[in-house]
Amino acid sequence: MKKNSVKSAFLGLFRHQIFIPIAALLILVIFNLVADPSFFKITFGHNNAGDPILSGNLMTIFNNASELAILAIGMTLVTAASGGQDISVGATIAIAGSVILRILCGAQGPRPESMQAPIIVAFLVACVVTMLFGAFNGVLVSYFKIQPMVATLIMFTAGRSIAAWINNNQLPVIKDVSFGYFGNYIPGIPIPTPVFIAILCMIIIALVLKLTNLGLYVQAVGINSHSSRLNGLNPEFIKFITYVIMGLCVAVAGLIKVSRISTINYSVIAKDIEMDAILAVALGGNALGGGKFSMTASILGAYVIQFLTTTLYKFEVPSDALPAYKAIVVIILVVLSAPIVREKLGQLRKKIAPEKATGEA
Amino acid sequence: MKKLLSLMLAVAMIFALAACGGGGEVVDPTEEAGLIKVGIINNDPNESGYRTANDADMKRVFTEENGYEASFAYSLKNDEQIAAAQKFIQDEVDYLLISAAGTAGWDTVLKDAQDAGIQVILFDRTIDADESLYVASIVSDMAKEGQTAVDWLASQALEAYNVIHIQGVMGSAAQIGRTGALDVMVAENENWNLVTQQTAEWNAETAQQIVQAVIDSGKEFNVVYAENDDMAKGAVAALDAAGITHGVDGDVIIMGFDCNKWALEELLNGNWNYDGQCNPFQADYIDEIIEGLEKGEAPAEKVVIMEEKGFDATTITQADVDQYGI
Repeated sequence: MKKNSVKSAFLGLFRHQIFIPIAALLILVIFNLVADPSFFKITFGHNNAGDPILSGNLMTIFNNASELAILAIGMTLVTAASGGQDISVGATIAIAGSVILRILCGAQGPRPESMQAPIIVAFLVACVVTMLFGAFNGVLVSYFKIQPMVATLIMFTAGRSIAAWINNNQLPVIKDVSFGYFGNYIPGIPIPTPVFIAILCMIIIALVLKLTNLGLYVQAVGINSHSSRLNGLNPEFIKFITYVIMGLCVAVAGLIKVSRISTINYSVIAKDIEMDAILAVALGGNALGGGKFSMTASILGAYVIQFLTTTLYKFEVPSDALPAYKAIVVIILVVLSAPIVREKLGQLRKKIAPEKATGEA
Repeated sequence: MKKLLSLMLAVAMIFALAACGGGGEVVDPTEEAGLIKVGIINNDPNESGYRTANDADMKRVFTEENGYEASFAYSLKNDEQIAAAQKFIQDEVDYLLISAAGTAGWDTVLKDAQDAGIQVILFDRTIDADESLYVASIVSDMAKEGQTAVDWLASQALEAYNVIHIQGVMGSAAQIGRTGALDVMVAENENWNLVTQQTAEWNAETAQQIVQAVIDSGKEFNVVYAENDDMAKGAVAALDAAGITHGVDGDVIIMGFDCNKWALEELLNGNWNYDGQCNPFQADYIDEIIEGLEKGEAPAEKVVIMEEKGFDATTITQADVDQYGI
């Protein structure tokens, strides 16, 4: 009896969307446990400034996946509502970073001795700017009915040039150590700050989804925008608002990115991160054509991607072969998470499971 | 109006050319009619700090005060650059200055330029075309940059060299050149080891993750050889977080390339040990060559390799930072 309930719970989990990222995570964990258990070692030490920090591969994963997890939040909503992806997030992160540095530098040129404005002001301005760019994308997608990938291609192409233009093509460097807190460690706290920022973003989106109808509306629009209109929703506005939320996520990710190294390189900052963000959504088992979504699964997907990257670094996969390894793993995961394959697997499991159950009884 | 202007310019140019051909007289550059028309095709200045400095240097030299009428075209794509070259040929520029995005596909357009009597000068990057199609090329020797850096490292006389090698985008000229010398050294010497050799694709954060992975695995290392400044910065961030000392008197030697101003400041402060220059200041060389050509003298050498320095943290001065920082 007990066994059966465990089994049905397992089956339930198997059918559940979150199964794919959890399974992927488990495979990676088991692989690392077998290959080298010291992978999971977390050590306590001090950095060069004399502050206590925790380090180890797990901390690296939690730290470096933060931006991706934050972007996955926005990308999930955009995907669910508009049935397409925003490929401009890498370029708009460059813009957000550039805006933040521009404001912190003020009129002092690219290497100010001290920050010319409070960080919060710079961050808020960056939020407004990226939300405007998000709104631009949103208008093109929702009101002009342009395919999301084509609409966001505009910012994808132009974004990095705009970012460079904001700072007159100079490369600003912020010397004040407190600016580095957001991407590194706050003195005295041994866990990297991006982890806290990511958790904060997750709490906020969880509250928003719980307390408002945003999730329901987004899914309704994504499943069938025509019938959602008949039910009194404004599908254009819902799509539009998801792009604005995406913009907000971009600003947060941009702050972490520029804070990590206290400077910016327009052409490589957050390069190809849009692809990883889309992958996180796909890994989460969300249909890339829009409709129902699971925020938890997407965020988990982001951590799986970083787990994979760190594992590959750890095992010193030859540098030129690294993308190939990543691609193979990605193909397997994405194929497994495809609804058709999952359905087939589910049927297969059902066929085997009842026989086993009777056999055991 | 525009037509009239272009007609006037064309007439002026014929006179200028006639003057050159006639007696090799130097045309007074202060005269409006004597301006030398140059079309400059470059990569996007946003590409990197190097490119920004390179573009600024071009704009500094090719001005009306110096006797030039310069038009600029930017692209990171070869086909767009070739289209820009064709446009410049139609505009009948006197000189075409090219920093090619890719090495192939230039033959036809360079032949067209030759037929139109336009002299082509390559800068920064060379191309796969017959040497007769251009009068000069002014380039960096990336392999020499790598060799200078590795020679410097060898001169530090460490007992063992355990190197974390962080590479640029695989296949780029800078990566191949800067990797080559180190690979040879490691292959030939027992006491030189590569702890890891990974590409961070010029990206600071990726470099940080690579170094972090090495630290987490507990391997010993005493040199970080990063193929540009950004990646060296990322590596240093990982070392700082792990409480590993670096730079002069530190446990780990930090090496970078490109000589960004902030990187040279790190050297000055003793946080890094070495920075190799990749000289973006080609404009003066080109100016000299054009001056010679206007007098009817062919350049002494077809391929000019620019002088490039390597800076050591123990000898660098503020004057170096101001002069060579980009």
